[in-house]
Amino acid sequence: MTMEEKLGGSNGEDGGRDRFPIGMRVLAVDDDPICLKVLENLLRKCQYHVTTTNQAITALKMLRENRNRYDLVISDVNMPDMDGFKLLELVGLEMDLPVIMLSAHSDTKLVMKGITHGACDYLLKPVRIEELKNIWQHVVRKKKPDSKDQINASNQDKSRGGTGETGPTSSSSDQKVSKKRKDQSEDEDEEGDDNGHEDPSTQKKPRVVWSVELHRKFVSAVNQLGLEKAVPKKILDLMNVDGLTRENVASHLQKYRLYLKRLSSVATQQANMVAALGSKDPSYLRMGSLDGFGDFRTLTGPGRISSASLSSYQPGGLFGRLNSSSALSLRGISSGVIQTGHSQTLNNPINGFGKIQPAVVPANQNQNGTLFQGIPTSINQLSQNKPTNHFGEFNRGNDPNAFGVATNFQDARVTVGGSSNTLPVSSGNPLLLQSNTQQTQHSGAFGNQPSSLGVTSLNQEPFDMNVRGSSNFLDHGRCSENWQSAVQLSSFPSNALSASETFSHEQLPSNNLQESISWTSSHLSSSPLDLSSSMANPANLEDSRGNISQVGLNNNVIQNIDCTTKQQWGDSRHDYNGNMNNSFSRGDSLVPASGPMMDQSNVISDKMNDVSLFSQFSGDSTYVVPHLDGEKSAFGTKSRSNDDFLFETKPQNGFNQNSFEPLENIMMSMIKSDQNNETPLMDGEFGFDAYSLGSCI
Amino acid sequence: MEVGQMQRRLVDYTKSLFMEGFLDAQFLQLQQLQDESNPDFVVEVVSLFFDDSEKLLNDLTMALDQPNVDFKKVDAHVHQLKGSSSSIGAQRVKNACIAFRSFCEEQNIDATLRCLQQVKQEYYLVKNKLETMLRVKQQIVAAGGSIPMIELGF
Repeated sequence: MTMEEKLGGSNGEDGGRDRFPIGMRVLAVDDDPICLKVLENLLRKCQYHVTTTNQAITALKMLRENRNRYDLVISDVNMPDMDGFKLLELVGLEMDLPVIMLSAHSDTKLVMKGITHGACDYLLKPVRIEELKNIWQHVVRKKKPDSKDQINASNQDKSRGGTGETGPTSSSSDQKVSKKRKDQSEDEDEEGDDNGHEDPSTQKKPRVVWSVELHRKFVSAVNQLGLEKAVPKKILDLMNVDGLTRENVASHLQKYRLYLKRLSSVATQQANMVAALGSKDPSYLRMGSLDGFGDFRTLTGPGRISSASLSSYQPGGLFGRLNSSSALSLRGISSGVIQTGHSQTLNNPINGFGKIQPAVVPANQNQNGTLFQGIPTSINQLSQNKPTNHFGEFNRGNDPNAFGVATNFQDARVTVGGSSNTLPVSSGNPLLLQSNTQQTQHSGAFGNQPSSLGVTSLNQEPFDMNVRGSSNFLDHGRCSENWQSAVQLSSFPSNALSASETFSHEQLPSNNLQESISWTSSHLSSSPLDLSSSMANPANLEDSRGNISQVGLNNNVIQNIDCTTKQQWGDSRHDYNGNMNNSFSRGDSLVPASGPMMDQSNVISDKMNDVSLFSQFSGDSTYVVPHLDGEKSAFGTKSRSNDDFLFETKPQNGFNQNSFEPLENIMMSMIKSDQNNETPLMDGEFGFDAYSLGSCI
Repeated sequence: MEVGQMQRRLVDYTKSLFMEGFLDAQFLQLQQLQDESNPDFVVEVVSLFFDDSEKLLNDLTMALDQPNVDFKKVDAHVHQLKGSSSSIGAQRVKNACIAFRSFCEEQNIDATLRCLQQVKQEYYLVKNKLETMLRVKQQIVAAGGSIPMIELGF
């Protein structure tokens, strides 16, 4: 393949590649037009190929469209539409491109923040051309892990002025990248073969694209092995993906660990708060740190979600990022195919990860809520299977999206529920989080996809109830819209929800969910549901019902979640009901839903919770699919999905809060699942003023 | 005035701007960026700077005029102004912004108002100078001369 186009700027011939760093493709993002113009010209002077934009959101879109089109990103820190750090995280996670931060601030703290978020470098304005002349080193450095010898070889070639061989790094990587792009088969990175200008040994391996699928596998492999024992070789074997090298896995693992660490720091904060939840998965916490997600703070706004917990999430950095990304992804998952299917992980005590199947989060972005849709399903899944694990999985922060943010609501198929229930969050209809586990997929009601809220998985049975309950909701017409929003709830709780109670195993991860959910809720910005705030509680919920309910279904959801979570902590099971209610409280639909749910929940015994989560995310964003999964499984998958989502979903809005919805759904569902019976979790602590989800019952 | 004379004047004038601190090395870089493929670079950037700064100064004035001053917003504006002035090399404006920001942190209304005045003043000064310089350049070019490269012994 010809790299001409890659080289951009330079004379597209092979020579261009050889002349790396000449022709390196840079994307510059800065809201200040003067700085942007100056930067652009400076870069051109260095003979790079420059693309500029003054909006972070646009930048992300461009990057997502074609990852291979750029080698490096330079971004300002202070931007009006999105925090530069968030962008940084997202780019690093999704596209694995080197990012350089730029700022007029030389504050040490900021520089530190840049580094922890994964920036390759931090430059101060005004930028000097001397500094720009060397930025290509970051591109080379990044490519190194993939093919160390290759790079060395290529470097040597270069240094030797190997004009003959095309710049291995640039060219091969370009090639590979482009190749990669094409195939983009999730499970394999292609090892594009170079144009042949170098012998294979010196060729650079194409950059591996960690798609949702791939990441999911990765996460499940790590979980299987156990985070401590996870070594690249074994992971690679477990994953069994063609074309993936040990180095790829190693570098990804490193990032993952960092991410987890970040989450755990957030989580610790939350853990304190949550204590109860014992959420172990930092990832969940991370979820809370919806940093990425439009500030779950906003979620907490309602005050419900222990903003503290939420805020703590922020540190999650990774997670936050994830969140955001997931949130975004959630949103973005418009395509909504949240494959909660990841549930598989759910089922397995995803110890390591809340491997929340990212699938869940269909980038509904439109849907905003859809994300949750997707997620919820995952949550369901999570909940279903492994009560504890799942949540943990979510926590893994895999993707906050994973929570089943079935954002897909639209299509959301939030196939949550690893357990089989994967309630596909029918985007169209309110995500009926059908409790995967057993729940009957109410989805029927929901039309599109029986959003298997799966959440309930915990008890398996109630879930139906929940689901039913939810279905009620859905039927209520909420489904159509609410679902979207509501559904979200379920998604979250992966931590919390993890079927909050059913999970018995300390779903703590659910806490994370909660947290994450909370964020989502915050993200959800939409409604006051702030269930998310309640979600914050989820952290504690650990096993509690997956307070997911709240997560975020945009606000509405969140509330629900809170409700649930609240209760959940206590009894985890009950909450679900409450959750359910709560989640439903989402405003309009939710509440009613909860009502019915409540009854059912009682009947159902815990699982249902999720259903309620359907949280009507009204709206806009995430429909947190209340995946009551209860079982963590749901979350687990979700978490994974979150991760995936993070990777995948592009934060369309930059973090539409909506995206979180799915998480919330998940959470909700999780929570719900526990509780079906539970009475309104929301004790109002969650601040669901509006929804008094707790009262939902 | 003949071209040679204009050119000399330009050189002296520009040098004085540097000496007096209106401009710094960054501006030199901008000038170096200008070449055949980018002949009007400096003019474009400077114009952009003017437009953007006017807007920022207006926003700042309005923000400080509120009964409840939102210092965060003020700070954000000043930060932006600082960034752009430093990118263009308007040193005194940048310094004034730095002082401005520290007062913003203290949330000192009076001091910030004073700072605002100072920033404005510096801005108008440098704007004036730059416009003059650009005008002379234009005249030189119109007269068929070339713009001399400034060699500053920094």
